Amino acid sequence: MEHIPILRMGPFLLVTIQVDMHDQLAMTLQDDLTNRISETGAKGVLIDISSLEMVDSFIGRMIGNIAGMSRVLDANTVVVGMQPAVAITLVELGLSLKGVKTALNVEKGMELLRKSLTESDIEEVGLDREETRNHGLTVCH
Amino acid sequence: MERMKSNDQFEMIVQKYWEGILGDWVEEQLSSTGTRKELFSKEELRTQSKEFILLFQEAISAGDLDPYQPHWGKVRDFLSNLSRSRGENGFSPTETATFVFSIKKPLMARLGKEINNDARLLFEELSRVSNLIDKLGLFTTEVYQKTREEVIRRQQDELMELSTPVVKLWSGVLALPMIGTLDSNRTQTVLEALLQKIVETEAEIAIVDITGVPTVDTLVAQHLIKTVTAARLMGAECIISGIRPQIAQTIVHLGVDLGDIITKATLADALAVALQRRGLRVVAVQAPRALQTEASF
Amino acid sequence: MTVRKQEIMALRSVIDVSAARQKVRSWATELRFSIVDQTKIVTAASELARNTLIYGKGGTMRLEALESNAKRGLRLIFEDQGPGIPDISQALQDGFTTGGGLGMGLGGSKRLVSEFEIDSKPGEGTRIAVTKWC
Repeated sequence: MEHIPILRMGPFLLVTIQVDMHDQLAMTLQDDLTNRISETGAKGVLIDISSLEMVDSFIGRMIGNIAGMSRVLDANTVVVGMQPAVAITLVELGLSLKGVKTALNVEKGMELLRKSLTESDIEEVGLDREETRNHGLTVCH
Repeated sequence: MERMKSNDQFEMIVQKYWEGILGDWVEEQLSSTGTRKELFSKEELRTQSKEFILLFQEAISAGDLDPYQPHWGKVRDFLSNLSRSRGENGFSPTETATFVFSIKKPLMARLGKEINNDARLLFEELSRVSNLIDKLGLFTTEVYQKTREEVIRRQQDELMELSTPVVKLWSGVLALPMIGTLDSNRTQTVLEALLQKIVETEAEIAIVDITGVPTVDTLVAQHLIKTVTAARLMGAECIISGIRPQIAQTIVHLGVDLGDIITKATLADALAVALQRRGLRVVAVQAPRALQTEASF
Repeated sequence: MTVRKQEIMALRSVIDVSAARQKVRSWATELRFSIVDQTKIVTAASELARNTLIYGKGGTMRLEALESNAKRGLRLIFEDQGPGIPDISQALQDGFTTGGGLGMGLGGSKRLVSEFEIDSKPGEGTRIAVTKWC
Protein backbone atom coordinates (compact mmCIF):
# COMPACT_ATOMS: atom_id res chain seq x y z
CA MET A 1 0.00 0.00 0.00
CA GLU A 2 1.37 3.41 -0.92
CA HIS A 3 1.73 6.20 1.58
CA ILE A 4 2.23 9.89 1.07
CA PRO A 5 5.42 10.93 2.90
CA ILE A 6 5.06 13.10 6.01
CA LEU A 7 8.03 15.29 6.89
CA ARG A 8 8.69 16.60 10.33
CA MET A 9 9.86 20.18 10.68
CA GLY A 10 10.41 20.92 14.32
CA PRO A 11 7.01 21.04 16.01
CA PHE A 12 5.23 20.83 12.67
CA LEU A 13 4.44 18.20 10.09
CA LEU A 14 4.60 18.88 6.37
CA VAL A 15 2.69 16.95 3.73
CA THR A 16 3.09 17.65 0.04
CA ILE A 17 0.24 16.29 -2.04
CA GLN A 18 1.28 15.79 -5.60
CA VAL A 19 -0.87 15.03 -8.56
CA ASP A 20 -3.91 12.84 -8.71
CA MET A 21 -4.53 11.17 -5.40
CA HIS A 22 -7.13 8.45 -5.53
CA ASP A 23 -9.61 7.95 -2.72
CA GLN A 24 -7.80 5.10 -0.99
CA LEU A 25 -4.59 7.07 -0.82
CA ALA A 26 -6.45 10.00 0.70
CA MET A 27 -7.93 7.82 3.43
CA THR A 28 -4.52 6.38 4.20
CA LEU A 29 -3.08 9.87 4.50
CA GLN A 30 -5.74 10.86 6.98
CA ASP A 31 -4.88 7.88 9.17
CA ASP A 32 -1.13 8.35 8.86
CA LEU A 33 -1.32 12.01 9.80
CA THR A 34 -3.49 11.42 12.82
CA ASN A 35 -1.05 8.79 14.03
CA ARG A 36 2.01 10.96 13.44
CA ILE A 37 0.50 13.95 15.26
CA SER A 38 -0.15 11.71 18.24
CA GLU A 39 3.30 10.13 18.14
CA THR A 40 5.23 13.37 17.78
CA GLY A 41 3.01 15.75 19.69
CA ALA A 42 3.20 18.04 16.67
CA LYS A 43 1.56 21.44 17.08
CA GLY A 44 0.85 22.11 13.45
CA VAL A 45 0.19 20.46 10.12
CA LEU A 46 1.08 22.08 6.82
CA ILE A 47 -0.59 20.65 3.75
CA ASP A 48 1.00 21.78 0.52
CA ILE A 49 -1.41 21.50 -2.38
CA SER A 50 0.48 23.68 -4.86
CA SER A 51 0.76 20.71 -7.24
CA LEU A 52 -2.90 19.79 -7.06
CA GLU A 53 -4.73 20.76 -10.23
CA MET A 54 -8.07 19.70 -8.86
CA VAL A 55 -9.75 19.55 -5.49
CA ASP A 56 -13.16 17.88 -5.44
CA SER A 57 -15.59 17.35 -2.58
CA PHE A 58 -13.82 14.19 -1.50
CA ILE A 59 -10.45 15.86 -1.12
CA GLY A 60 -12.16 18.86 0.39
CA ARG A 61 -13.73 16.66 3.02
CA MET A 62 -10.41 14.96 3.64
CA ILE A 63 -8.78 18.31 4.32
CA GLY A 64 -11.65 19.25 6.60
CA ASN A 65 -11.30 15.97 8.46
CA ILE A 66 -7.57 16.40 8.90
CA ALA A 67 -8.14 19.89 10.29
CA GLY A 68 -10.80 18.60 12.65
CA MET A 69 -8.76 15.70 13.93
CA SER A 70 -5.68 17.84 14.33
CA ARG A 71 -7.57 20.35 16.41
CA VAL A 72 -8.71 17.59 18.73
CA LEU A 73 -5.07 16.61 19.06
CA ASP A 74 -4.13 20.22 19.80
CA ALA A 75 -2.57 21.04 16.46
CA ASN A 76 -3.40 23.67 13.83
CA THR A 77 -3.75 22.94 10.15
CA VAL A 78 -2.76 25.28 7.35
CA VAL A 79 -3.34 24.54 3.68
CA VAL A 80 -0.95 26.28 1.31
CA GLY A 81 -0.48 26.87 -2.38
CA MET A 82 -4.00 26.49 -3.70
CA GLN A 83 -4.00 27.27 -7.43
CA PRO A 84 -6.36 30.03 -8.65
CA ALA A 85 -8.31 27.68 -10.94
CA VAL A 86 -8.83 25.31 -8.05
CA ALA A 87 -9.94 28.12 -5.74
CA ILE A 88 -12.40 29.44 -8.32
CA THR A 89 -13.82 25.95 -8.85
CA LEU A 90 -14.20 25.30 -5.13
CA VAL A 91 -16.12 28.53 -4.72
CA GLU A 92 -18.42 27.56 -7.58
CA LEU A 93 -18.83 24.08 -6.13
CA GLY A 94 -19.96 25.66 -2.88
CA LEU A 95 -17.35 23.92 -0.82
CA SER A 96 -16.30 25.93 2.20
CA LEU A 97 -13.17 24.83 3.98
CA LYS A 98 -14.30 26.13 7.34
CA GLY A 99 -11.87 25.77 10.16
CA VAL A 100 -8.98 25.51 7.75
CA LYS A 101 -6.44 28.29 7.63
CA THR A 102 -4.77 29.00 4.33
CA ALA A 103 -1.58 30.66 3.15
CA LEU A 104 0.01 31.39 -0.20
CA ASN A 105 3.07 29.18 0.23
CA VAL A 106 4.98 26.96 2.64
CA GLU A 107 6.99 29.84 4.06
CA LYS A 108 3.96 31.92 4.92
CA GLY A 109 2.17 28.84 6.15
CA MET A 110 4.99 28.12 8.58
CA GLU A 111 4.85 31.71 9.78
CA LEU A 112 1.15 31.33 10.42
CA LEU A 113 1.69 28.15 12.39
CA ARG A 114 4.48 29.70 14.44
CA LYS A 115 2.33 32.69 15.29
CA SER A 116 -0.39 30.43 16.63
CA LEU A 117 1.96 28.62 18.99
CA THR A 118 1.12 29.48 22.58
CA GLU A 119 3.62 29.91 25.38
CA SER A 120 2.95 26.44 26.74
CA ASP A 121 3.31 24.97 23.26
CA ILE A 122 6.78 26.44 22.98
CA GLU A 123 7.83 25.05 26.30
CA GLU A 124 6.26 21.73 25.52
CA VAL A 125 8.18 21.15 22.35
CA GLY A 126 11.39 22.34 23.93
CA LEU A 127 11.96 25.38 21.76
CA ASP A 128 13.40 28.46 23.35
CA ARG A 129 11.93 31.87 22.60
CA GLU A 130 14.85 33.00 20.49
CA GLU A 131 14.43 30.12 18.14
CA THR A 132 10.80 30.79 17.45
CA ARG A 133 11.34 34.48 16.96
CA ASN A 134 14.21 34.08 14.57
CA HIS A 135 12.46 31.46 12.51
CA GLY A 136 15.10 29.01 13.59
CA LEU A 137 13.36 25.87 12.53
CA THR A 138 15.07 23.12 10.68
CA VAL A 139 14.08 19.82 9.25
CA CYS A 140 14.68 17.07 11.71
CA HIS A 141 13.44 13.60 12.34
CA MET B 1 -46.59 45.64 -71.94
CA GLU B 2 -43.74 48.07 -72.43
CA ARG B 3 -42.49 47.29 -68.91
CA MET B 4 -42.54 43.53 -69.36
CA LYS B 5 -40.74 43.88 -72.61
CA SER B 6 -38.00 46.04 -71.13
CA ASN B 7 -37.33 43.66 -68.27
CA ASP B 8 -37.08 40.81 -70.74
CA GLN B 9 -34.73 42.90 -72.84
CA PHE B 10 -32.34 43.52 -69.98
CA GLU B 11 -32.50 39.91 -68.89
CA MET B 12 -31.92 38.67 -72.44
CA ILE B 13 -28.99 40.96 -72.96
CA VAL B 14 -27.28 39.84 -69.77
CA GLN B 15 -27.97 36.20 -70.57
CA LYS B 16 -26.53 36.52 -74.06
CA TYR B 17 -23.55 38.73 -73.34
CA TRP B 18 -22.57 37.89 -69.76
CA GLU B 19 -19.13 36.67 -70.65
CA GLY B 20 -18.28 39.86 -72.44
CA ILE B 21 -19.75 41.89 -69.60
CA LEU B 22 -17.70 39.84 -67.13
CA GLY B 23 -14.52 40.52 -69.05
CA ASP B 24 -15.18 44.23 -69.21
CA TRP B 25 -16.12 44.33 -65.53
CA VAL B 26 -12.93 42.60 -64.40
CA GLU B 27 -10.89 45.03 -66.49
CA GLU B 28 -12.84 47.89 -64.97
CA GLN B 29 -12.06 46.65 -61.45
CA LEU B 30 -8.40 46.13 -62.21
CA SER B 31 -8.00 49.58 -63.66
CA SER B 32 -9.87 51.38 -60.91
CA THR B 33 -7.96 52.74 -57.94
CA GLY B 34 -10.50 51.14 -55.67
CA THR B 35 -9.13 47.66 -56.18
CA ARG B 36 -6.31 46.30 -54.06
CA LYS B 37 -4.35 44.70 -56.85
CA GLU B 38 -1.69 43.35 -54.55
CA LEU B 39 -4.24 41.23 -52.74
CA PHE B 40 -5.91 39.65 -55.75
CA SER B 41 -4.61 37.82 -58.71
CA LYS B 42 -6.47 38.46 -61.94
CA GLU B 43 -7.66 34.89 -61.79
CA GLU B 44 -9.10 35.23 -58.28
CA LEU B 45 -10.89 38.40 -59.21
CA ARG B 46 -12.30 36.80 -62.33
CA THR B 47 -13.52 33.77 -60.40
CA GLN B 48 -15.17 35.91 -57.77
CA SER B 49 -16.78 38.19 -60.37
CA LYS B 50 -17.97 35.24 -62.43
CA GLU B 51 -19.69 33.74 -59.41
CA PHE B 52 -21.45 37.01 -58.79
CA ILE B 53 -22.57 37.49 -62.38
CA LEU B 54 -24.11 34.04 -62.55
CA LEU B 55 -26.05 34.62 -59.34
CA PHE B 56 -27.02 38.06 -60.64
CA GLN B 57 -28.34 36.55 -63.84
CA GLU B 58 -30.37 33.96 -61.94
CA ALA B 59 -31.94 36.69 -59.85
CA ILE B 60 -32.97 38.94 -62.71
CA SER B 61 -34.59 36.02 -64.55
CA ALA B 62 -36.51 35.01 -61.44
CA GLY B 63 -38.38 38.24 -60.92
CA ASP B 64 -38.19 41.99 -60.64
CA LEU B 65 -35.20 44.18 -59.97
CA ASP B 66 -35.78 44.83 -56.27
CA PRO B 67 -32.70 43.38 -54.55
CA TYR B 68 -34.48 43.01 -51.23
CA GLN B 69 -36.89 40.45 -52.62
CA PRO B 70 -36.42 36.77 -51.67
CA HIS B 71 -35.17 35.76 -55.12
CA TRP B 72 -32.18 38.01 -54.61
CA GLY B 73 -31.23 36.07 -51.43
CA LYS B 74 -28.24 34.29 -52.92
CA VAL B 75 -26.87 37.50 -54.35
CA ARG B 76 -27.20 39.21 -50.98
CA ASP B 77 -25.47 36.32 -49.24
CA PHE B 78 -22.62 36.49 -51.70
CA LEU B 79 -22.22 40.23 -51.21
CA SER B 80 -22.49 39.83 -47.43
CA ASN B 81 -19.64 37.36 -47.37
CA LEU B 82 -17.54 39.50 -49.62
CA SER B 83 -18.23 42.59 -47.60
CA ARG B 84 -17.61 40.85 -44.30
CA SER B 85 -14.35 39.43 -45.47
CA ARG B 86 -13.16 42.79 -46.77
CA GLY B 87 -14.36 44.52 -43.61
CA GLU B 88 -12.37 42.17 -41.45
CA ASN B 89 -9.30 42.48 -43.59
CA GLY B 90 -9.11 46.24 -43.36
CA PHE B 91 -10.31 47.19 -46.82
CA SER B 92 -11.71 50.70 -47.05
CA PRO B 93 -15.45 51.21 -47.75
CA THR B 94 -14.62 52.31 -51.28
CA GLU B 95 -12.48 49.28 -51.93
CA THR B 96 -15.34 47.11 -50.80
CA ALA B 97 -18.13 48.84 -52.71
CA THR B 98 -16.05 49.15 -55.90
CA PHE B 99 -16.75 45.49 -56.57
CA VAL B 100 -20.43 46.27 -57.11
CA PHE B 101 -20.35 49.79 -58.47
CA SER B 102 -17.82 49.01 -61.16
CA ILE B 103 -20.25 46.66 -62.89
CA LYS B 104 -22.44 49.61 -63.86
CA LYS B 105 -20.27 50.86 -66.69
CA PRO B 106 -19.96 47.55 -68.62
CA LEU B 107 -23.68 46.80 -68.11
CA MET B 108 -24.74 50.22 -69.38
CA ALA B 109 -22.30 50.10 -72.25
CA ARG B 110 -23.72 46.79 -73.38
CA LEU B 111 -27.28 48.07 -73.08
CA GLY B 112 -26.36 51.09 -75.16
CA LYS B 113 -24.94 48.84 -77.85
CA GLU B 114 -27.95 46.50 -78.02
CA ILE B 115 -30.79 48.98 -77.63
CA ASN B 116 -29.87 51.35 -80.41
CA ASN B 117 -33.16 52.22 -82.01
CA ASP B 118 -35.38 53.17 -79.10
CA ALA B 119 -34.10 56.10 -77.08
CA ARG B 120 -37.01 56.02 -74.66
CA LEU B 121 -36.51 52.33 -73.91
CA LEU B 122 -32.77 52.73 -73.53
CA PHE B 123 -33.26 55.57 -71.09
CA GLU B 124 -35.69 53.52 -69.00
CA GLU B 125 -33.39 50.53 -68.99
CA LEU B 126 -30.38 52.54 -67.99
CA SER B 127 -32.33 54.05 -65.10
CA ARG B 128 -33.55 50.68 -63.92
CA VAL B 129 -30.11 49.13 -64.01
CA SER B 130 -28.51 52.10 -62.34
CA ASN B 131 -31.09 51.94 -59.58
CA LEU B 132 -30.49 48.24 -59.03
CA ILE B 133 -26.74 48.52 -58.88
CA ASP B 134 -26.94 51.48 -56.51
CA LYS B 135 -29.13 49.47 -54.14
CA LEU B 136 -26.77 46.51 -54.25
CA GLY B 137 -23.85 48.81 -53.63
CA LEU B 138 -25.52 50.36 -50.64
CA PHE B 139 -26.39 46.93 -49.26
CA THR B 140 -22.75 45.96 -49.53
CA THR B 141 -21.72 49.11 -47.72
CA GLU B 142 -24.13 48.43 -44.86
CA VAL B 143 -22.82 44.93 -44.25
CA TYR B 144 -19.32 46.31 -44.38
CA GLN B 145 -20.27 48.91 -41.78
CA LYS B 146 -21.69 46.32 -39.41
CA THR B 147 -18.58 44.20 -39.78
CA ARG B 148 -16.33 47.13 -38.95
CA GLU B 149 -18.41 47.85 -35.87
CA GLU B 150 -17.90 44.28 -34.69
CA VAL B 151 -14.16 44.56 -35.25
CA ILE B 152 -14.03 47.78 -33.27
CA ARG B 153 -16.00 46.29 -30.41
CA ARG B 154 -13.66 43.34 -30.27
CA GLN B 155 -10.64 45.62 -30.23
CA GLN B 156 -12.23 47.68 -27.49
CA ASP B 157 -12.64 44.58 -25.36
CA GLU B 158 -9.02 43.67 -25.85
CA LEU B 159 -7.96 47.20 -25.04
CA MET B 160 -9.99 47.17 -21.84
CA GLU B 161 -8.26 44.02 -20.76
CA LEU B 162 -4.90 45.58 -21.34
CA SER B 163 -5.94 48.74 -19.55
CA THR B 164 -6.89 46.97 -16.34
CA PRO B 165 -3.44 46.11 -15.12
CA VAL B 166 -2.69 44.76 -11.70
CA VAL B 167 -0.47 47.21 -9.84
CA LYS B 168 1.90 46.56 -6.97
CA LEU B 169 1.29 49.24 -4.35
CA TRP B 170 3.70 47.91 -1.80
CA SER B 171 5.46 44.72 -0.94
CA GLY B 172 2.67 42.20 -0.59
CA VAL B 173 -0.07 44.62 -1.61
CA LEU B 174 -1.65 44.59 -5.07
CA ALA B 175 -4.25 46.92 -6.51
CA LEU B 176 -6.63 46.39 -9.41
CA PRO B 177 -8.26 49.66 -10.51
CA MET B 178 -11.29 48.76 -12.59
CA ILE B 179 -12.50 51.38 -15.01
CA GLY B 180 -15.57 51.65 -17.16
CA THR B 181 -18.70 49.58 -17.45
CA LEU B 182 -18.08 46.02 -16.45
CA ASP B 183 -19.66 43.14 -18.28
CA SER B 184 -19.72 39.65 -16.91
CA ASN B 185 -17.11 38.22 -19.26
CA ARG B 186 -14.60 40.96 -18.86
CA THR B 187 -14.98 41.03 -15.08
CA GLN B 188 -14.40 37.31 -14.91
CA THR B 189 -11.26 37.49 -17.03
CA VAL B 190 -9.83 40.39 -15.13
CA LEU B 191 -10.50 38.91 -11.71
CA GLU B 192 -8.96 35.58 -12.73
CA ALA B 193 -5.88 37.49 -13.81
CA LEU B 194 -5.80 39.11 -10.37
CA LEU B 195 -5.76 35.76 -8.61
CA GLN B 196 -2.93 34.63 -10.86
CA LYS B 197 -0.97 37.77 -10.01
CA ILE B 198 -1.53 37.12 -6.31
CA VAL B 199 0.16 33.75 -6.65
CA GLU B 200 2.99 35.11 -8.79
CA THR B 201 3.85 38.02 -6.51
CA GLU B 202 2.93 36.23 -3.27
CA ALA B 203 0.85 39.25 -2.32
CA GLU B 204 -1.29 38.70 0.75
CA ILE B 205 -3.55 41.65 0.10
CA ALA B 206 -5.30 42.72 -3.09
CA ILE B 207 -7.34 45.89 -3.37
CA VAL B 208 -10.02 45.91 -6.04
CA ASP B 209 -10.93 49.53 -6.67
CA ILE B 210 -14.20 50.25 -8.42
CA THR B 211 -14.15 54.06 -8.24
CA GLY B 212 -14.17 54.19 -12.02
CA VAL B 213 -17.14 51.87 -12.39
CA PRO B 214 -20.46 53.67 -12.90
CA THR B 215 -22.80 50.74 -12.24
CA VAL B 216 -22.60 47.26 -10.87
CA ASP B 217 -25.17 44.56 -11.62
CA THR B 218 -25.83 41.30 -9.80
CA LEU B 219 -23.52 39.25 -11.98
CA VAL B 220 -20.60 41.60 -11.49
CA ALA B 221 -21.25 41.78 -7.75
CA GLN B 222 -21.28 37.99 -7.62
CA HIS B 223 -18.00 37.79 -9.51
CA LEU B 224 -16.45 40.17 -7.01
CA ILE B 225 -17.67 38.11 -4.09
CA LYS B 226 -16.51 34.86 -5.67
CA THR B 227 -13.09 36.37 -6.29
CA VAL B 228 -12.74 37.49 -2.70
CA THR B 229 -13.75 34.03 -1.49
CA ALA B 230 -11.34 32.36 -3.88
CA ALA B 231 -8.52 34.66 -2.78
CA ARG B 232 -9.18 33.69 0.84
CA LEU B 233 -8.96 30.01 -0.04
CA MET B 234 -5.59 30.76 -1.55
CA GLY B 235 -4.41 32.56 1.55
CA ALA B 236 -4.85 36.18 0.51
CA GLU B 237 -7.31 38.88 1.49
CA CYS B 238 -9.23 41.17 -0.84
CA ILE B 239 -10.45 44.63 -0.02
CA ILE B 240 -13.01 46.31 -2.25
CA SER B 241 -12.65 50.06 -2.41
CA GLY B 242 -14.25 52.94 -4.23
CA ILE B 243 -17.83 51.95 -3.63
CA ARG B 244 -19.82 55.02 -4.49
CA PRO B 245 -23.17 55.76 -2.82
CA GLN B 246 -25.11 54.76 -5.94
CA ILE B 247 -23.37 51.41 -6.12
CA ALA B 248 -23.89 50.86 -2.41
CA GLN B 249 -27.60 51.42 -2.99
CA THR B 250 -27.67 49.04 -5.94
CA ILE B 251 -25.96 46.35 -3.91
CA VAL B 252 -28.50 46.66 -1.11
CA HIS B 253 -31.41 46.71 -3.58
CA LEU B 254 -30.15 43.62 -5.35
CA GLY B 255 -30.03 41.89 -1.99
CA VAL B 256 -26.40 41.00 -2.49
CA ASP B 257 -24.77 39.92 0.76
CA LEU B 258 -21.18 41.03 1.05
CA GLY B 259 -20.75 38.99 4.21
CA ASP B 260 -17.53 39.89 5.94
CA ILE B 261 -15.79 41.25 2.88
CA ILE B 262 -13.84 44.35 3.76
CA THR B 263 -15.02 47.43 1.91
CA LYS B 264 -13.58 50.92 1.94
CA ALA B 265 -14.80 54.14 0.41
CA THR B 266 -11.48 55.08 -1.14
CA LEU B 267 -8.36 53.39 -2.42
CA ALA B 268 -6.41 55.45 0.12
CA ASP B 269 -8.39 54.00 3.02
CA ALA B 270 -7.91 50.52 1.64
CA LEU B 271 -4.16 51.08 1.36
CA ALA B 272 -4.05 52.22 4.99
CA VAL B 273 -5.79 49.01 6.09
CA ALA B 274 -3.50 46.93 3.92
CA LEU B 275 -0.35 48.48 5.34
CA GLN B 276 -1.66 48.05 8.85
CA ARG B 277 -2.23 44.38 8.21
CA ARG B 278 1.28 44.05 6.97
CA GLY B 279 2.40 45.46 10.28
CA LEU B 280 3.52 48.73 8.73
CA ARG B 281 2.93 52.28 9.73
CA VAL B 282 3.53 55.54 7.88
CA VAL B 283 5.36 58.19 9.89
CA ALA B 284 6.43 61.71 9.10
CA VAL B 285 10.10 62.13 8.28
CA GLN B 286 12.00 64.19 10.83
CA ALA B 287 12.80 67.77 9.78
CA PRO B 288 16.49 68.44 8.92
CA ARG B 289 18.64 69.62 11.82
CA ALA B 290 18.97 73.26 10.75
CA LEU B 291 15.24 73.81 10.94
CA GLN B 292 14.84 72.10 14.23
CA THR B 293 15.28 75.39 16.18
CA GLU B 294 12.47 76.33 18.57
CA ALA B 295 9.99 73.65 17.77
CA SER B 296 11.82 70.77 19.36
CA PHE B 297 11.10 68.35 22.17
CA MET C 1 -24.12 19.69 -33.75
CA THR C 2 -21.66 16.91 -34.44
CA VAL C 3 -19.84 14.42 -32.27
CA ARG C 4 -16.26 14.44 -33.42
CA LYS C 5 -14.88 11.78 -31.13
CA GLN C 6 -16.24 9.50 -28.43
CA GLU C 7 -15.03 7.00 -25.92
CA ILE C 8 -16.55 5.02 -23.11
CA MET C 9 -14.95 4.14 -19.78
CA ALA C 10 -15.95 1.76 -17.04
CA LEU C 11 -16.44 3.07 -13.52
CA ARG C 12 -16.04 0.05 -11.28
CA SER C 13 -13.44 1.13 -8.74
CA VAL C 14 -11.78 4.19 -7.30
CA ILE C 15 -8.87 3.64 -9.68
CA ASP C 16 -11.38 3.98 -12.53
CA VAL C 17 -12.59 7.28 -11.10
CA SER C 18 -9.01 8.50 -11.09
CA ALA C 19 -8.49 7.31 -14.66
CA ALA C 20 -11.72 9.00 -15.70
CA ARG C 21 -10.48 12.32 -14.29
CA GLN C 22 -7.26 12.07 -16.19
CA LYS C 23 -9.02 11.21 -19.42
CA VAL C 24 -11.36 14.19 -19.06
CA ARG C 25 -8.36 16.43 -18.36
CA SER C 26 -6.61 15.23 -21.45
CA TRP C 27 -9.65 15.72 -23.71
CA ALA C 28 -10.29 19.16 -22.24
CA THR C 29 -6.68 20.13 -22.95
CA GLU C 30 -7.02 18.88 -26.52
CA LEU C 31 -10.16 20.96 -26.98
CA ARG C 32 -8.17 23.96 -25.77
CA PHE C 33 -10.37 24.83 -22.81
CA SER C 34 -9.02 27.54 -20.52
CA ILE C 35 -7.29 26.34 -17.35
CA VAL C 36 -10.23 27.42 -15.23
CA ASP C 37 -12.74 25.64 -17.48
CA GLN C 38 -10.57 22.53 -17.55
CA THR C 39 -10.48 22.45 -13.78
CA LYS C 40 -14.23 22.89 -13.61
CA ILE C 41 -15.08 20.07 -15.97
CA VAL C 42 -12.53 17.71 -14.42
CA THR C 43 -13.90 18.45 -10.95
CA ALA C 44 -17.48 17.91 -12.12
CA ALA C 45 -16.39 14.64 -13.73
CA SER C 46 -14.75 13.56 -10.50
CA GLU C 47 -17.91 14.26 -8.52
CA LEU C 48 -20.23 12.54 -10.97
CA ALA C 49 -17.94 9.58 -11.55
CA ARG C 50 -17.68 9.00 -7.83
CA ASN C 51 -21.47 9.21 -7.49
CA THR C 52 -21.86 6.65 -10.24
CA LEU C 53 -19.51 4.34 -8.39
CA ILE C 54 -20.80 4.82 -4.88
CA TYR C 55 -24.51 5.53 -5.28
CA GLY C 56 -25.00 3.87 -8.64
CA LYS C 57 -23.02 0.78 -7.68
CA GLY C 58 -20.78 1.14 -10.69
CA GLY C 59 -21.46 2.19 -14.26
CA THR C 60 -19.91 3.96 -17.21
CA MET C 61 -18.76 7.39 -18.36
CA ARG C 62 -18.92 8.29 -22.03
CA LEU C 63 -16.92 11.21 -23.39
CA GLU C 64 -17.98 13.08 -26.53
CA ALA C 65 -16.08 15.88 -28.22
CA LEU C 66 -18.71 18.20 -29.76
CA GLU C 67 -18.78 20.87 -32.40
CA SER C 68 -21.67 23.26 -32.96
CA ASN C 69 -21.52 26.43 -35.07
CA ALA C 70 -17.75 26.66 -34.76
CA LYS C 71 -18.09 26.24 -30.96
CA ARG C 72 -16.19 23.37 -29.32
CA GLY C 73 -17.55 21.43 -26.38
CA LEU C 74 -17.14 18.35 -24.22
CA ARG C 75 -20.02 16.19 -23.13
CA LEU C 76 -19.84 13.57 -20.41
CA ILE C 77 -22.56 10.98 -19.91
CA PHE C 78 -22.67 9.01 -16.68
CA GLU C 79 -24.87 5.95 -16.60
CA ASP C 80 -25.58 3.28 -14.05
CA GLN C 81 -28.16 0.59 -13.36
CA GLY C 82 -28.23 1.38 -9.68
CA PRO C 83 -31.05 2.16 -7.29
CA GLY C 84 -31.86 5.52 -8.86
CA ILE C 85 -32.44 8.84 -7.14
CA PRO C 86 -35.76 9.08 -5.29
CA ASP C 87 -35.90 12.85 -5.03
CA ILE C 88 -34.01 14.65 -7.79
CA SER C 89 -34.81 18.18 -6.67
CA GLN C 90 -33.52 17.33 -3.22
CA ALA C 91 -30.34 15.89 -4.68
CA LEU C 92 -29.82 19.05 -6.72
CA GLN C 93 -30.12 21.19 -3.64
CA ASP C 94 -27.69 19.31 -1.45
CA GLY C 95 -24.60 21.27 -0.71
CA PHE C 96 -21.28 20.14 0.60
CA THR C 97 -19.92 20.41 4.07
CA THR C 98 -16.51 19.41 5.21
CA GLY C 99 -18.09 18.11 8.37
CA GLY C 100 -18.79 14.80 6.71
CA GLY C 101 -22.29 15.70 5.55
CA LEU C 102 -23.58 13.31 2.97
CA GLY C 103 -25.38 14.20 -0.20
CA MET C 104 -24.40 13.86 -3.80
CA GLY C 105 -23.61 17.51 -4.36
CA LEU C 106 -25.25 17.54 -7.77
CA GLY C 107 -26.09 21.19 -7.36
CA GLY C 108 -22.43 22.05 -7.15
CA SER C 109 -21.52 20.06 -10.24
CA LYS C 110 -24.35 21.70 -12.13
CA ARG C 111 -22.79 25.10 -11.54
CA LEU C 112 -19.51 23.98 -13.08
CA VAL C 113 -20.96 23.08 -16.47
CA SER C 114 -22.92 24.76 -19.27
CA GLU C 115 -25.68 22.14 -19.61
CA PHE C 116 -26.90 19.56 -17.13
CA GLU C 117 -29.44 16.79 -17.80
CA ILE C 118 -30.55 14.18 -15.33
CA ASP C 119 -32.76 11.13 -15.76
CA SER C 120 -33.35 8.84 -12.86
CA LYS C 121 -36.03 6.47 -11.66
CA PRO C 122 -35.90 4.47 -8.47
CA GLY C 123 -35.07 0.91 -9.41
CA GLU C 124 -34.10 1.80 -12.95
CA GLY C 125 -30.78 3.51 -12.65
CA THR C 126 -29.50 6.98 -13.41
CA ARG C 127 -28.26 8.88 -16.41
CA ILE C 128 -26.58 12.26 -16.07
CA ALA C 129 -25.30 14.18 -19.08
CA VAL C 130 -23.23 17.32 -18.68
CA THR C 131 -21.86 19.56 -21.41
CA LYS C 132 -19.27 22.26 -21.17
CA TRP C 133 -18.68 24.66 -24.06
CA CYS C 134 -15.36 26.36 -24.64
